[in-house]
Amino acid sequence: MRTITFRDALREAIREEMQRDERVFILGEDIAGYGGTYAVSKGLFEEFGEKRVRDTPLAEEVITGAAIGAALGGLRPILELMTINFSLLASDQIVNQAAKFRYMFGGQPEIRLVVRMPGGGGAQRGAQHSQMLESWYAHIPGLKVVMPATPYDAKGMLKSAVRDPDPVLFIEHELLYNIKGEVPDEDVDYTVPLDRGEVRREGQHVTIITFSRMLHVTMQAVEDLAKEGIEAEVIDLRSIRPIDIDLIINSVKKTNRVVIAEEGWKYYGTGQGLAALIYEYAFDYMDAPVQHVNSADVPMPYSKVLERAALPNKSDIVNAVKAIVPQALVRG
Amino acid sequence: MAISNLTLAGLTRTQLLEMHYKMALLRRFEEKSAEEYTRGKIGGFMHLYIGQEAVGVGAITALRPDDKILSSYREHGHAIVKGMEPRVVMAELFGKITGCSKGKGGSMHMWSNELGVLGGNAIVAAQMPIAAGVGLAMQYQELDTIVACFFGDGAVDEGAFHEALNLASIWNLPVVYICENNQYSMGMAVQKAWAVDSLLPRAAGHNMPGEQIDGMDVIEVYESTKRAVERARSGQGPTLLEIKTYRFRGHSMTDPAYYRTRDEEQQWRTTRDPIGIFEKKLLELDLATQNEIDANDARATQVAEDAAEFAENSPDPALEELYTDVMVDNSTALARRHEV
Repeated sequence: MRTITFRDALREAIREEMQRDERVFILGEDIAGYGGTYAVSKGLFEEFGEKRVRDTPLAEEVITGAAIGAALGGLRPILELMTINFSLLASDQIVNQAAKFRYMFGGQPEIRLVVRMPGGGGAQRGAQHSQMLESWYAHIPGLKVVMPATPYDAKGMLKSAVRDPDPVLFIEHELLYNIKGEVPDEDVDYTVPLDRGEVRREGQHVTIITFSRMLHVTMQAVEDLAKEGIEAEVIDLRSIRPIDIDLIINSVKKTNRVVIAEEGWKYYGTGQGLAALIYEYAFDYMDAPVQHVNSADVPMPYSKVLERAALPNKSDIVNAVKAIVPQALVRG
Repeated sequence: MAISNLTLAGLTRTQLLEMHYKMALLRRFEEKSAEEYTRGKIGGFMHLYIGQEAVGVGAITALRPDDKILSSYREHGHAIVKGMEPRVVMAELFGKITGCSKGKGGSMHMWSNELGVLGGNAIVAAQMPIAAGVGLAMQYQELDTIVACFFGDGAVDEGAFHEALNLASIWNLPVVYICENNQYSMGMAVQKAWAVDSLLPRAAGHNMPGEQIDGMDVIEVYESTKRAVERARSGQGPTLLEIKTYRFRGHSMTDPAYYRTRDEEQQWRTTRDPIGIFEKKLLELDLATQNEIDANDARATQVAEDAAEFAENSPDPALEELYTDVMVDNSTALARRHEV
């Protein structure tokens, strides 16, 4: 095992898949000459050349449509959209085209497309650069939506996504690129499935379901909780669609209490969707309503103090847990 | 009369008669579909190709069987000329399992991997970026297969039109972009919508060759498409063809067409019917007899009838088909269903 950054893990995945399969190529704005806005594709242009590492014009709709067409024509494109915020310009191609083609054309086309894009905020980038919109896309039958939180998963899931025959939206987080984590050695070809969550920590008092950057905030919160005798079980969703519902329900049966910690807005978001599923499948096991930890229900402000106040932090998670885990249970 | 060795635009008599048959087939098929729609056998939106036959037949005759086409929702004609059996198209219109898309697509969503019919799109202009991508795949794999992308004058107004042409131009993609300008996008007259009065400045604006063609002349359509196809196939990149045509019926089956006059429609129907124009030319040049022309029309009518009968007698999709084909691996929103 070695320790590398999330960014390097992504690059390794791309590189290995490009070496493995001639049909894999990457395209996006500023991924070649610039090396990628977040340096994920740095060095790939020098290694593979301009046919397989393509800078595109600043035009989300056509580059997404072209990626879809390339997949229909037999290639394996990895499209980079600079951020999920800009994906809105390509949302027709994602939602009306990529997600629908296989079904409405009677099972004939295969769209082997990966769309990589970072989401999330916390770097004072302002309202139009800081959104978490995974729930919009996870609503759509015909798409897979995944959000790795660790370098290990980033690499393994990106490799799975490239090999997957369905369109996959691979949502990263701008503040995760520098985090470090363990991955297998260079010569180990491993993948991580796109339909499984992971229990990051076992505990009996509460289940905290989380994903992306909030996993790391959650892992800090559970240390604070442990000092007070509260043992939280942490589930890293990893895949938003499809959801590993069995993993979640098995945990809920054990703890009977759920907190969902996410960076996105509350209303009509991933957390509320997940909560409804939990009530549907495990109502009789619930000893308290689901608690939600979210960003403030506002466009992300620029000012440092306001942004910090808007984003969920570990105290919010601690408070949410304490709201439903009574002292009597802990003293047990 | 002696069998003529004459050709027209390099096409033999046999080829020309086949083109005429296809135009007649498109006409009779669309008329039959309209009838079945009115009888309630076809639902949803249906957009007829009546009046535009010369474009589909002329253009697709200039393609190779391995070339790909992408189209809009006015696609029955394109699919049939590319080789899709009328039965399979009609069955799709009827929503039956024997339809090309297993009844799950309908009039606007037809597909065939074997024939290179890559949709059918209900989102105006969305096929243009996708066509660029298919062209990219051909170029990347060093194939000399090309892509023909059909769209209407309405698509020209979308941003995707410009983005796609720009991308095809800078990457020198083997795509022939064919605008079937039937003068109206739904009810919006092209004179009111376009800032220019032809697509020639727009082709120039995206640094690619452009031509404006009389879409009621199937030979002119064939020849200009052939030129564009040769350019694409020999690595010279994309072309934008503006093919001026007219649809004799409304935008779709539910359109009463208040935005144009009955006189205008009458003018086009009586003096600019592309099938009539072609027949006249074939007769004048001794390339066909009236008998052959009539026989083609009779066969076309028969094939259209047969298609409707086949569709009528075909089964519906089984209810299980509701959940198939969403994902290749059959996954859904939940990875596994939780068994309590």
